[in-house]
Amino acid sequence: MTDHKLPMRAKLATSLSRGAAALSRATGRGDGSVIGGRIALMVDPNLLAELAAGREIALISGTNGKTTTTRLTAAAMGVLGDVATNSLGANMPTGHTSALAKAGATPYAVLEVDEHYLKQVLDATHPKVVALLNLSRDQLDRAKEVAMMAALWRDALPGRDLHLVANADDPMVVWAAGKAVAAGTSVTWVAAGQRFHDDSWVCPECGASIERNGEQWACVAGNLSRPVPHWTVSGDGVVDNTGTYHHIELQLPGRVNRANAATALAVAAHFGVPPAKAVPELSKVASIAGRYAVVERDGRTIRLLLSKNPAGWLEAFDMADDVPTLLSINARDPDGLDTSWLYDVDFSPLRGRRVLVTGDRAMDLAVRLEVNDVPFEHVKSFSQALTLIPPGRLEVIANYTAFQDIRAELDRVN
Amino acid sequence: MSTESRLRLIWLYPDLLSTYGDRGNLLILARRADLRGLPVECAEVRADQAVPADGDVYLIGGGEDGPQALAAQRLIADGGLRRAVDRGATIFSVCAGYQLLGNSFYAKGAKCAGLGLLDLDSDRGETRAVGELAGEVDPALGLPTLTGFENHGGRTHLGPGVRPLARVTAGIGNDGRSEGAWHGRILGTYSHGPALARNPGIADLLLRWATGMTMEPIDDRWPTRLRDERLAAVLKS
Ligand SMILES: [Zn+2]
Repeated sequence: MTDHKLPMRAKLATSLSRGAAALSRATGRGDGSVIGGRIALMVDPNLLAELAAGREIALISGTNGKTTTTRLTAAAMGVLGDVATNSLGANMPTGHTSALAKAGATPYAVLEVDEHYLKQVLDATHPKVVALLNLSRDQLDRAKEVAMMAALWRDALPGRDLHLVANADDPMVVWAAGKAVAAGTSVTWVAAGQRFHDDSWVCPECGASIERNGEQWACVAGNLSRPVPHWTVSGDGVVDNTGTYHHIELQLPGRVNRANAATALAVAAHFGVPPAKAVPELSKVASIAGRYAVVERDGRTIRLLLSKNPAGWLEAFDMADDVPTLLSINARDPDGLDTSWLYDVDFSPLRGRRVLVTGDRAMDLAVRLEVNDVPFEHVKSFSQALTLIPPGRLEVIANYTAFQDIRAELDRVN
Repeated sequence: MSTESRLRLIWLYPDLLSTYGDRGNLLILARRADLRGLPVECAEVRADQAVPADGDVYLIGGGEDGPQALAAQRLIADGGLRRAVDRGATIFSVCAGYQLLGNSFYAKGAKCAGLGLLDLDSDRGETRAVGELAGEVDPALGLPTLTGFENHGGRTHLGPGVRPLARVTAGIGNDGRSEGAWHGRILGTYSHGPALARNPGIADLLLRWATGMTMEPIDDRWPTRLRDERLAAVLKS
């Protein structure tokens, strides 16, 4: 697809969008991708469909890991040619429009999709592959209940010409994919793991209990059970659907990122990328919009981990090294206003480490850690934490706006 | 307290009603009992298991409409909770769990029968109540200001058989005027946070009801700072 093939209105909207994005970046209001997309969509609501036409597209959705998996998938697909992607996490239709407009003509696109918008983006972009990562509780005071989200997906997927790559370890995902799969949609099951089980004790199909036994899970009453995975994570690598093991030197930490890599390879494989060719590309990905970034400051080596919900916190504990750890929590609009979820997270993996707490809602965290028998120190800011810990490593785990605050503090000290 | 002099805490249906960090209330009760030297035994009873009638404190949490309706049906059919109340057990309920202890409530647009353990009825409000909740607690309970976070679409109307837990000073609670309810040793509230993290006084009241013993003060520095911070935030807005 090239610009001259776009209808006039779309062309106009695209150039307006590029102009607005540049303006928004120049005036320091965000990265420009959302503002550009919004103006473009006002000019032409069909623009996303028009920009998507002619590209082979993969959509990546789920509660956690979608930004990382999108980045890894785009890296893997890069083996084939130019890939458009919304790398800055602007994952709603305006962000997609802006990403495709900015990228110009590319044969491929990999788009991260907010789970609430999956149907809309399916309708507009006709993807070749859709990856479904996981579903768990997120921002309780406004997000849809997990089972409701799974039902939306379940009804949105059937009757389309697409291939699914889905997490066999998450009962909600398996059920969400189930209707399309039963109707003949092809699927690659990935054993991507599930660290947070509390949203899937009850079968979404019939309300009976879901029993777990090691990796296996099944509804005690009905037919919903763990499908046999085609791709699995094993040690520091991935076993593909032919049984071949691929060692991955991933710079991103934790088992969860090896699972994200497995999903990315499985998606790319469906476009014809041999895993052996994609693996070296995955190894080059170092940090994603500042997440996992390692920063040196005053002899301290600081790694930033972003965790937005209970499942994300459990994953962060798995990634974090046994070194002093700063936790920071806010409860502003983008974070969700209710901090009750802190009690869905078991903080005991942090016992024995030096733990510091900060953020708008440090007191919620303090009470939670006290109940969890995790000793801690309260600090006023990230900068104060730096003065208290000795030279060496520091892990920082923060939720959304707390993470942005700390990045801003780091920039200021720079 | 039961004969083996272990305090039995029973968390009902965490598989259905545990949307708002409800495990926190169980953990906090257990910890505060433990700090007073009371031996504690915690049990989690899932919706496909029988409700034991020999618990000392029962906890029921919050959840969405579907699970709430299912939980009420199963609790009514099971009968264990009513037998426990007849024995004098203590119940602490939050949000959906609070509504289902009443005479009736609405879930998914339909009126559902509650357990009738609290004299109250819940229906739908015109707006969803989401945000900080604060109120002055019934003087008969001798507790400091209630603080919590609420997130519900229901409005609750109290009958003559219960007393309001608090008079609302911020947020909605039952109806914008009163919040929660209590009768005998049964207490219900709309506040999460979870409620006992922000209101250790209520946790100690439940322990006193269940044991008949006075709860000696413990180090509540952090819960006090949390309370002060939240109540100041409500005043500011
Ligand atoms: Zn089932």
